[in-house]
Order: sequence, then structure tokens, then C-alpha cells
Amino acid sequence: MDALKTTLPYIISGISVGGQYALIAIGYTMVYGILRLINFAHGDVFMVAGLMMVYLAASLPLYLAIPLVILLTVALGFTIERVAYKPLRTAPRMSVMISAIGVSYLLQNLALYITGGLNKNYPAIPWISDRISIFGMETSRVTVITPFLTIILVAALVQLINHTKIGMAMRAVSRDFETSQLMGIQINRVISATFIIGTFLAAVGSILFFTNYPGVVPTSGAMPGLKAFVAAVFGGIGSIPGAVIGAFIIGIAESVIKGLDTILIVNGAIDEQIGLATFSDAFTFVLLIIILVFKPTGLFGEKSTDKV
Amino acid sequence: MLKIENLHVSYGGIRALRGISLEVPDGKIVTLIGANGAGKSTTLRTISGLVKADSGSISYDGEELLGMPIYKILEKGIAMVPEGRRVFTNLTVRENLKIGAYLRNDKAQIEKDLDWVYELFPRLKERDWQLAGTLSGGEQQMLAVARALMSKPKLIMMDEPSLGLAPLVVKGIFDIIRQINDQGVTVLLIEQNANMALKIADYAYVLETGLIGLTGTGRELLVNEDVKRAYLGS
Ligand SMILES: Nc1ncnc2c1ncn2[C@@H]1O[C@H](COP(=O)(O)OP(=O)(O)OP(=O)(O)O)[C@@H](O)[C@H]1O
Ligand SMILES: [Mg+2]
Repeated sequence: MDALKTTLPYIISGISVGGQYALIAIGYTMVYGILRLINFAHGDVFMVAGLMMVYLAASLPLYLAIPLVILLTVALGFTIERVAYKPLRTAPRMSVMISAIGVSYLLQNLALYITGGLNKNYPAIPWISDRISIFGMETSRVTVITPFLTIILVAALVQLINHTKIGMAMRAVSRDFETSQLMGIQINRVISATFIIGTFLAAVGSILFFTNYPGVVPTSGAMPGLKAFVAAVFGGIGSIPGAVIGAFIIGIAESVIKGLDTILIVNGAIDEQIGLATFSDAFTFVLLIIILVFKPTGLFGEKSTDKV
Repeated sequence: MLKIENLHVSYGGIRALRGISLEVPDGKIVTLIGANGAGKSTTLRTISGLVKADSGSISYDGEELLGMPIYKILEKGIAMVPEGRRVFTNLTVRENLKIGAYLRNDKAQIEKDLDWVYELFPRLKERDWQLAGTLSGGEQQMLAVARALMSKPKLIMMDEPSLGLAPLVVKGIFDIIRQINDQGVTVLLIEQNANMALKIADYAYVLETGLIGLTGTGRELLVNEDVKRAYLGS
């Protein structure tokens, strides 16, 4: 009973972090699904969303700042695709990948230029950043909101993909550009729609994520971005359910490892803190290596990701 | 009427079409035969807008198609059944058909047309909810034809619809082509099976490495000695 009581708060906060990773991971997996591109700039777009909130909330009320942040992030995602990826549509995949890395550094450098590299305090958002106490754990309300909001958004997305015309077009384009065009689908529109959805979710994710952190720095997007990417690979890149499940698993594992010392002490397995929390980030990457070695297609990945 | 005049197309240095001219009159079945690599698929792909031409003209009812975006050409009523089926294996049979009607907004009529193609291809109806990837080759070919029909084309172009199919299924496909044509749809057909294609065609063109060789009615070419030797294997 004690064991459960000490572990539960870590699991709950892990589910929350997992939900935030999931919102980012969907952007990776959808873009990969349609363009076979690992969009390295995605984590940085997430960071920029955080910074935009810092600056906008300073001069605007939150009820304006929040929708504006989401809107501008979406516009940024759309613009990046049009400017940096679309002109390379027929170029080798490696060129697009390099372009994505370029965009990633560009965004980080711009953020560095604007912030001077200083930590920018993320605004407190009333209600969602309120402190609450669940299962003996002191946390903010966002911890509880995140998994529910994530599930609602994912359910809506799955509905969109499986039961709407644009969703059907996305599935068709992800399989075969040329034949999709023969059906009258304008693939550039479908690709833009994919980026819009991906960045929308990342923007929502950034609000939930940064609320739990003291602030935003130019490299703030790197770690969550990387973890969400691993989640997408773990789930089978290209698969939305895979990315979501992968993200929750990584979030929970990471959080439990962070609290492992405490959990073990309560259970009498060890006497004092031994610093296992240090490995919480490393775990994600060990997981990545294990998947790539033993099951490169991930949990739900298709056998061949190449286009027919 | 579809009219091609002095069309040149190349891929990098390879000149696939070297000035071909041909006509596809409304309501007719026109076939394009020729050896592998002669440029048959290139011709259809250029008409549909997938491939850019170097020079020449492709007009449909007097309107120039070259330079038009692919979806606009489809909007004009020209649909294509691509070489090698190319059904969306990750979509259901019904979704494949619906995506064929992607540019249309007349929901009620789309439902009616679904019934119409299901009538043409009862095998597809039985497999309505199956993923297209689970269909047999012949069924996929039927689906590819049905999908193109769902755009309600005035002109349907088919690139080797009988490739790799059992003789009985091939006959089925040709019956369908005739039926579609009887319903007023113009057909531009590419076939390896020159014998069957010439029998069904009103007009035929023989492509030889990027140039039009012989032309004539299907019947004329069927008895032409050169055609017999080169394409009919006799
Ligand atoms: N994407 C491409 N890139 C380079 N060359 C191409 C391409 N597509 C076709 N070609 C070349 O153009 C020529 C005509 O090809 P096309 O596919 O039109 O022939 P085809 O008559 O359809 O032949 P088949 O009966 O084998 O289908 C060939 O020499 C081919 O190698
Ligand atoms: Mg061909």
C-alpha cells in the first residue's frame, strides 16, 4: 500500500508529461507519415511558442495571448513548410532533412538574439497553474488537465483522419503523391494542413508544458522535442496511436525513474538517495537504441515505410 | 475532342516523345499500341499533367491543357487509370472510390455513382469495407478503373488495364470498357494485348520510340502485315 502511495504521484505526473510529449510527437509522426521527413525544427517551433507566450502575455490579457500564440505558432509551422520544405519537394530526402536542421538552428539563434540567452519567465496562467494536492502530491492543476485534454485532442484528430474528406486525402497522399494528384488532390494543401495540425498541437502542448517550468530559453525545445521524437519512433513513426502510446510510456517511465530513489527508500530496498534520478533522461535514449536495434518499425509501424 | 499536336517530351536527356500528333474524337475508343519504352505511358502522363512537355500542344474541346494543374485537367473531365493499378492500399474499397470523386461535391449523385460502379463491378461491392491492399491483382485493377469512373469523366485514359490478369478477367475488363463507352465515355486505351485492343478500338495509333508509325481504324491495323508481325505475334 505504501509502495503504491509513493509511486502513484510519480505515475500521475508521468502521465501528464507523457500527454505533453504526445502533443509534440503527433507533429513528428504526421509529417513523417506524409513527407517521410523528420522535421528537426518541430521542437524549436515548440520553444518559439513558449517564447511568444512570454512576450505576448506581457502586454496582452491571457484570453487574447493564448489564442494568438496558437495562431502565430500555426502560421510559423505553415511558413516553415512553404519556405524551407516545399521548394525541395522533388529533391532527395536528405536535402529536406538538412533544410529542417537549418530551420532548427535558425529558430534557436533567433531566440538567442531576442532573449539574449536569458531565461524568460513563463507567465502564470490562472486556474491551470493553480496549486492543487492529489494523492498527497502537491502539483498544479495542469497535471490533471493535460492527459484529458490530450485524449480529447487525439480523439478529435483520429476522427478527422478517418472520417473526413481532408483526412482521407491525407491518408492517400501519405501513400502515393502521384496517384493522389490524379484524384484531383492538391498535395501542397494537404501537406500544409498536416503542418497546421502538427504545430497547433505543439502550441497547445507548449502551454501545458511550460506552465510547469520556470521559464523558456532558446534550447528549451530540444529535450522535449527529442523525447517526443523518440516516442514517435517507439510507437512506429507514421502512426498516431503509436506516437501517443509511446509518449505516455516515456513520460511515465521518466517520471518514475526521477522518483525511484524515494520509492526504493520507502520500500526499504535502499537506505539513502543514490541518484538514480540522473538516469531519467538517459532512459529515453537507451529506449531509442533498443528499439532501433530490435524493432526499427516500432510498436505500430508498418513494415515498409517506403512508398509503393 | 482531345487533340495532340507535335508533342515533344523528354526526361533529362532521354527524348521519350519526338513530335507526336493524334486525335481522340468524342465517344470513340482510341488505342495506342507500341513496344516497351515507345512512349505510351508518357503520352498519357503528359495529357493528365503529371509530366511536363517540352513543346507542342494538347487541347481538349479547343482548350489548351499544357501548363494546366493536374486537378484542373481532371475537372475538365479527363481521368486516368495509371499503369500498375496504384490503388490506395491503406484505404478501403469504398474510400478508394470516394477519393475518385474527390473534386465533386454533389453528395447524392456520388452515392448513385457508387451504386453504378458497384453494378459494373459486383466483386467490389462484396468487398466494400476491405482494405484495397487485401484485394487480388484483378480486383485492384477493377478498383482502379472504378475509381477513375467515380470522377464522372468524359474521357477515361487507361494504361494497360489488363496487365498481369488471367484471360477471363481480361475479357471482363474489355467488356467493361465497351460498356463504359456505350454510356458515352470516350476511351483512350494503352494495351500490350494489341489483338484485343485493336478489336475494340475505333481508331488506333502505333507508337515507335517516340514517333507515331502507323495509324488507322482498329480493323485496318488488325489485318496490317507490319502490325501482325510486330505486335500480334503472327
Ligand atoms: N521518369 C522517367 N525518367 C527517365 N526516363 C523515363 C521516365 N519515364 C519514362 N522514361 C523513359 O521514356 C521512355 C518512354 O517510356 P514510357 O513509360 O512512356 O514507355 P511505354 O511505352 O509506356 O512502355 P511500357 O510498355 O514498357 O509501359 C522510355 O525510354 C523510358 O525509359
Ligand atoms: Mg507504360
